[in-house]
Amino acid sequence: MTGEAARFSFLSLLRHGAGKTWARQWRDAQPKASYDVVIVGAGGHGLATAYYLAKEFGIRDIAVLDKGWLGGGNTGRNTTIIRSNYLQPESAALYEHALKLWENLSRELNYNTMYSARGVLMLAHNHHDVQVFKRHVHANRLQGIDNEWLTPAQAKAFCPPLHIGPDARYPVLGAALQRRGGVARHDAVAWGYARAASAMGVDIIQNCAVTGIVRDAAGAAVGVETTRGPIGAARIGVAAAGHTSVLMAMAGVRMPLESFSLQALVSEPVKPVMPCVVMSNTVHAYISQSDKGELVIGAGTDAYTSYSQAGGLHIACETLEAICEMFPRFRRLRMLRNWGGIVDTTPDRSPIIGLTPVPGLFVNCGWGTGGFKATPGSGHIFAATLASGQPHPIAAPFSLDRFATGRMIDEAAAAAVAH
Amino acid sequence: MLRIPCPWCGPRPENEFRYGGQAGVIRPADPAAVSDAAWGAYLHLRDNPKGRHVERWRHLHGCGRFFTCVRDTVTDRIASTHKPGEAVA
Ligand SMILES: Cc1cc2nc3c(=O)[nH]c(=O)nc-3n(C[C@H](O)[C@H](O)[C@H](O)COP(=O)(O)OP(=O)(O)OC[C@H]3O[C@@H](n4cnc5c(N)ncnc54)[C@H](O)[C@@H]3O)c2cc1C
Ligand SMILES: [Zn+2]
Repeated sequence: MTGEAARFSFLSLLRHGAGKTWARQWRDAQPKASYDVVIVGAGGHGLATAYYLAKEFGIRDIAVLDKGWLGGGNTGRNTTIIRSNYLQPESAALYEHALKLWENLSRELNYNTMYSARGVLMLAHNHHDVQVFKRHVHANRLQGIDNEWLTPAQAKAFCPPLHIGPDARYPVLGAALQRRGGVARHDAVAWGYARAASAMGVDIIQNCAVTGIVRDAAGAAVGVETTRGPIGAARIGVAAAGHTSVLMAMAGVRMPLESFSLQALVSEPVKPVMPCVVMSNTVHAYISQSDKGELVIGAGTDAYTSYSQAGGLHIACETLEAICEMFPRFRRLRMLRNWGGIVDTTPDRSPIIGLTPVPGLFVNCGWGTGGFKATPGSGHIFAATLASGQPHPIAAPFSLDRFATGRMIDEAAAAAVAH
Repeated sequence: MLRIPCPWCGPRPENEFRYGGQAGVIRPADPAAVSDAAWGAYLHLRDNPKGRHVERWRHLHGCGRFFTCVRDTVTDRIASTHKPGEAVA
């Protein structure tokens, strides 16, 4: 089966409603001896990379390998905030490239990724926040990216449950609003890319952990060792988020990365109460409401590096305390689930997309606490980079060697977080 | 929350401490003499292992002293802590 997946339409949904069972949405592929491109990591970024390689760059002999199940990493664990109002021009170009792709993604994939541009409100709680966010608003205006400054009353009108009174524990001095920002359905993004890539011939191989990177006499990467045997590859793209350091160490490359547990929680489902996304970097609280009715809440990272996928209880408690101070009515809600994901953070809180010192080995990582929003754009420019062997112009500034040249893309300055 | 055994004060809750990252990262003696790559490596490259990690902590809201900690980054279990200069097992 190559080319198009069986299309979803109103009629096909009606037929299934009448009892017809659903077909598998992607093939459960067995590994071949070798591929033109092997991608390590079947998260959103790896799957999107495979999709665009096949769709736009004419490479269809691709395997996407995952040690677990596809979308089981940070893609399936994140709070899905999407926005593009970053400060530095390089970042704004990158995230805006992604946002434009989000806007048409459901149609492009013929799969409902539930992208909902309900607006992302970033709260300013102190004088420093006000100055930083206003600077972002002005910078974004010059970049042609929508971002506007709201007074506390305007913020309250946009998000009625928000507490802006004089007795507020975390006073709201104003907010930056990106109206085109919003959320999407994380699993659907992974599944939509997987389905479309698989239909074009991409092999998605789950339960296949990469345990080594094979290099030839000249030092070039020529394949991977896996728990399901060796697989040759003309090019290898690593898109393994929190595990990138571990994988790159297999090729002898040390990375400017540290891995941390980042937590999230969801509440019991309730009727619509949160019309938009609210972010508060200062107190590490991020909140929106899913279409199922659960409040989706993002917390902060632990202080120390970890691969535990858990995180300290006090981190989640601090965030809940902040949420309840800002939205007093949510005090009565019960939390249903709490989990962690392992995020890979760089010193400047910007990602790394491009070449490595090892010929044939490419890397896409360092998205840290905020890479879901970049998924389509990241996949697209990483595919271009893998296809040509040269960084895509949007990817070029995000090179690994910026940590030697000193050309940082500093998104850490505002609050040391970039969700 | 971790319970971290300060080598001087004994076990205390994690929020009394400040994490300091990988231990034993040595600053080049003459920064001007090393290459950009070597200086960048000193500043930014870290082992970030999955498993045993030798790391720096400071008992900030306690005795204030620095020490070395050996922790497993998968289980977050602390194997041992050491005063500066002590051999790490
Ligand atoms: C709690 C939480 C909240 C977040 N909130 C937001 C948010 O609101 N907005 C936002 O933009 N971003 C957010 N993020 C960040 C975002 O989730 C990530 O940046 C993004 O999803 C990374 O996608 P990925 O495809 O690179 O990684 P992943 O989805 O993690 O995929 C990497 C894959 O690599 C696989 N892998 C690892 N090692 C190996 C190996 N040796 N062999 C084979 N496969 C391997 C893993 O199993 C995994 O499936 C959040 C993250 C977390 C944890
Ligand atoms: Zn002490």
